[in-house]
Amino acid sequence: MRGRPIPLLPEAALAAVLLAAPYVLPHAGVSFDVMQRVLVIGLLGLGFDLLFGATGLLSFGQAAFYGTGGFVTAYLLVNDVIGSVWIALVIGTLIAGVYGLIVGWLAVRRIGIYFAMITLAFGQMSFFLENSPLSAYTGGENGLPGVPVPHLGDYRITAGKPMYWLLAAMFLVGFIIARRILHSPFGAVLRAIRENAWRVSMVGHSVPAYKLAVFVIAALYAGLAGGMLGVFQSYMPPDAFGLDTSGDLVVQTVIGGVGTLIGPLVGATIWLGLRDNLQLIPGIGAAWKLVLGLIFVVLVVALKRGIIGEIRYLFSRRRQLAADANIPEETGVAADLPPRSLELPMSAPLIVARPNAPALRAIDVAKHYGGLHAVDGVSFDVRTGSIHAVIGPNGAGKTTLFRMLKDEITPTSGEVLLFGKRITGLGATRTAQLGIGKSNQLNQLFLDLTAAENLRISALARRRGTFRADLLRAATSIPAVEQQIAAVLQTVGLEHRADVPVHVLPYGEKRRLEIGIALSTGPNVLLLDEPLAGMSPAERVATRALIREIGRSRTLVIVEHDMDAIFELAERITVLYEGRLLADGTPEQIQRNQAVQDAYLGGLHEHEPA
Amino acid sequence: MPSGPLLLSQAFNGLALGTLLALVSSGLTIILGTLGVLNFAHGALFMLGAYAIFVIAGYTGSFVAGLILGSVFMLLVGIVLERGLIRWFYGRPPEDQILVTFGAGIIIVEGVRAVFGSGSQRVAGPDWGQGATQIGFLIYPTYRLQLIGIIAALLVALYLVLYRTSVGLVVRAGIEDARMVGILGINVRRAFLLVFAIGVTAAGLSGMFYAPIVSVAPDLGATFLVESFVVIVIGGLGSFPGAVVGGLIAGEIISITSAFNSAYSEVMLYAVMALLLVLRPQGLFGSEGRV
Repeated sequence: MRGRPIPLLPEAALAAVLLAAPYVLPHAGVSFDVMQRVLVIGLLGLGFDLLFGATGLLSFGQAAFYGTGGFVTAYLLVNDVIGSVWIALVIGTLIAGVYGLIVGWLAVRRIGIYFAMITLAFGQMSFFLENSPLSAYTGGENGLPGVPVPHLGDYRITAGKPMYWLLAAMFLVGFIIARRILHSPFGAVLRAIRENAWRVSMVGHSVPAYKLAVFVIAALYAGLAGGMLGVFQSYMPPDAFGLDTSGDLVVQTVIGGVGTLIGPLVGATIWLGLRDNLQLIPGIGAAWKLVLGLIFVVLVVALKRGIIGEIRYLFSRRRQLAADANIPEETGVAADLPPRSLELPMSAPLIVARPNAPALRAIDVAKHYGGLHAVDGVSFDVRTGSIHAVIGPNGAGKTTLFRMLKDEITPTSGEVLLFGKRITGLGATRTAQLGIGKSNQLNQLFLDLTAAENLRISALARRRGTFRADLLRAATSIPAVEQQIAAVLQTVGLEHRADVPVHVLPYGEKRRLEIGIALSTGPNVLLLDEPLAGMSPAERVATRALIREIGRSRTLVIVEHDMDAIFELAERITVLYEGRLLADGTPEQIQRNQAVQDAYLGGLHEHEPA
Repeated sequence: MPSGPLLLSQAFNGLALGTLLALVSSGLTIILGTLGVLNFAHGALFMLGAYAIFVIAGYTGSFVAGLILGSVFMLLVGIVLERGLIRWFYGRPPEDQILVTFGAGIIIVEGVRAVFGSGSQRVAGPDWGQGATQIGFLIYPTYRLQLIGIIAALLVALYLVLYRTSVGLVVRAGIEDARMVGILGINVRRAFLLVFAIGVTAAGLSGMFYAPIVSVAPDLGATFLVESFVVIVIGGLGSFPGAVVGGLIAGEIISITSAFNSAYSEVMLYAVMALLLVLRPQGLFGSEGRV
C-alpha cells in the first residue's frame, strides 16, 4: 500500500498482444485496415474512459474533438500549410484540447443528465459547423481526401503493417500515460469524484477544476485519434463528427468494460468483428447492429462490468477471497484501546490573522429559506483549543448553523470569522483549505475505495491545494501523506481495514472512517455533526475517548444529542432553540439554566398551564 | 438582407417547426420531470411513429385511421417499454438510465432497419391537407397550416390533462417529490406508467404528423432527439411550459436564421443554447437546483 510502485503487468501484457497481433490475426481473417481502425478507436477510447470510467462523466460529444483534431490535421497537410505530418498531428491535437477547454467550461458546471445532453448538443453543433459554414475548409460532405502519410527519416510509414506499428506504439504510450494518470494523486481525486463529488469538494479539492482538466485530457486523446484517422486512411471523413461516432464509442466502451482503459479497444474489436462476419451471413447481415444493440442492453441491465471488467473482476475476487482469509474479524471496537497520542505529520499550519482571536466566531448569522428562519441571528465564539458543543432540540437549526460555520451554505446575513479572518462567502472547498474539517451526520464515504484511499483523498487536499495536475507521479509517493494516513488509521482503529473496500465495513467502522476523513485533512478546527449517531454503547465509549484525544491537539465543535457525552466532553456549550441562541456558557451554567430546561421539557413556560 | 415576405414566410415555417418541436419536447420533458429519466430513445420513438403511420395508412388507405391506430400502437410501445425495461432503472444512477434508454433506441432503430431496410419511404398526406392556402400575400401549404392548429390543440389538451385533472395533479406532485406522493398512499407507479406512455405517444404522434413532409428513414429521429434536448435545456428541464415556449423559440431560430444564411441555421440554435447556459443555466422556466 505505502509507496508501492504501480505494477506494470498490464502494460507488458498489452505490449505482447500488440506485438503478436499482426502475426496472428491475419490468419483469422482480420485485415490490417480493421486492426488500424480498432487502434484509432482505442486511442479515442482511452480519453473517454478517463472521463466516463474514472470520473463518471458520461459524454455523448467526443466526436466534436475527434473531428476537430482530424480536420485540423488534415487541412494543414492537404493544403500544404505544414509539411510535417508529426507537427500537424501535434497542432490538431492541441486545437482539439483548446476546443475541449471551451466546451468543457460550459459542460462541467452541470452533472448527470445535463452533462450528457450538453455534450451531445455540442457534438451535433460541431457536426453542423463542419458540414455547412466551414465546408470551404473541410470539404463539407465530401471530407478531405489526400492526407499524406508520415515519414521517419526517409522511411514512409505507409498504410498496412508499418502504419499498424505506428498506431500500436501510439496506443501503448497513450495507455501507459492514461494508467499513470489513474494511479496519480490527480487520478485518485477523479475516482473519488465519481464516488462522491460533494465530499471531494468538502475536503478541499476544486471539483470543477478536476472535471475540466479530465475533459481536456479526453479531448486531447480524441484529437490525436482523429488526426490518425485521417492519416492512416489518407482521407478525413466528415462522419468523424457524426452523432454515431460519439454513440458508438459509448456502446463499444460498455461492451468492452467501463473503467478498464482497454474496454473501448476490445469493444471496437467485437463491433467490427460482428459487422464484418455477420454481414457475410445471408438473412441476418443487415441486422448486425441490432445484435450489438441487444448485447449492449443486456450488458447495461445485467453484466455491468463489460467483458474486460468481468475478467478483471473474476481475478480480483479470487485475490480478494485469499486476502479476506487474513483479515481479522471486526477487532472489537476496543473500548479498551489505550489512549493514543494523536500527532498528525501534516498538522495544519495555523492561519492566524490575530493571535488571540477565537478559533471561530459567528457574528449574527442567519439563514432564511423564504419565510422559514432556520437560524435567526446567532452569535458565539469558539475558543482556540477548546471542545465546544452546540445542542438544541430537533429543528433548532443546529445542522444549518454548522453548515454556515464551514460556509457549506452562505448565511443570509451575518458572518463567520476563522482566527479573525472572514470566511463567509468562500465556499466549503476554500474553508477546508483554510483548516476547517467536518464530519457529517450521515456518512459521506467513497464506498468503492479502500479505507486508506478514502483518507488519502482528504490528506491530499491540503497538501496539494484546490487543484494540481500531478498526472504522472504515483498517488502513494508522497511520504507525508502516507504517514498522515497511517496515523489517522491508527487513531480511528481501522489499520486492519486499510486495503478493504469501504462498502463492506460494518456501520460502526464506517462511522469512524467518516470522522477519519475529516481528521486527515489535518484541520485546525474540526466540526463533528452527531459523531455518535447510530453507534452501539461500546462504540460510543470508544468514540468519546477518540474525541477527547482529538480535542487535545485542535479545536473541536460538536453537535450531538447524547447529553452524557456532551456534558462529559464539552468545555463550553451553545444552546439553540427554534433558530435562536438560547444560552451560551459552561456545562454547569447550562445545566442550571431555566430556559434550557424548559426548552428540553417541551417548551413549557411558567405562564402556561402544565 | 432578406425581403419582408421571405422573412414572414420563414417565420411561418418556424411556427410549424416550432409546434412540432414543442410536441416532441413536451413528451421528453414530462417523462424527465416525473420519472427523472432522460429518455435517449425519444428520437427512435419519433421515427417509430412515422413508420407506424407509413404501415397503417398504407394498409387502410386512411391517414386519420393511421393517426388513431398509430397512437394506440405507440401507447402500447410505451407501456411495454416502461414495464419491461425502464421501471427497473428508477433507482439507478442517471448514467445507467441514459445508457439503457440509449440502448433501447438502438434496438428500435436497427429493428426498423432490419424490417424495412435503410431506404427512405414516402407517406402520402391526408386528402384534406392537399394544396396550398393563400393567407394575405403568403401562399402556404395547407397541410402545414393545419398541422400548426392540430398540434396546438394537442398541446392544449396535454396542458388540460396535466393542470386540470387529478391525474395531472399526481403527476405534477410527482415531479416535485415522487417519494412523498407515494407516502401519501397514491399509486405513483401507475402515474409513472401513464406519463411514460403519454410521453412516448407524443413523440410518436409528432413522427406521424411529420411523416408526409419528409422522406421516412430509420435515422429520422436522431436530429429531433438532439433538438429536443436543446429545447428542454432552453425551456428548463422538466418544465411543460418551458418545452412549449422553448420549442417555438428553437423553431423560429432555425427558420429565421436560414432566411439570412441557411448554413448557420442549426449552428445558431446551439449557440443560443450555449449563451443561455452561461446566462441562465436553469433555463427559461426551470427553477434553480432542481436537476
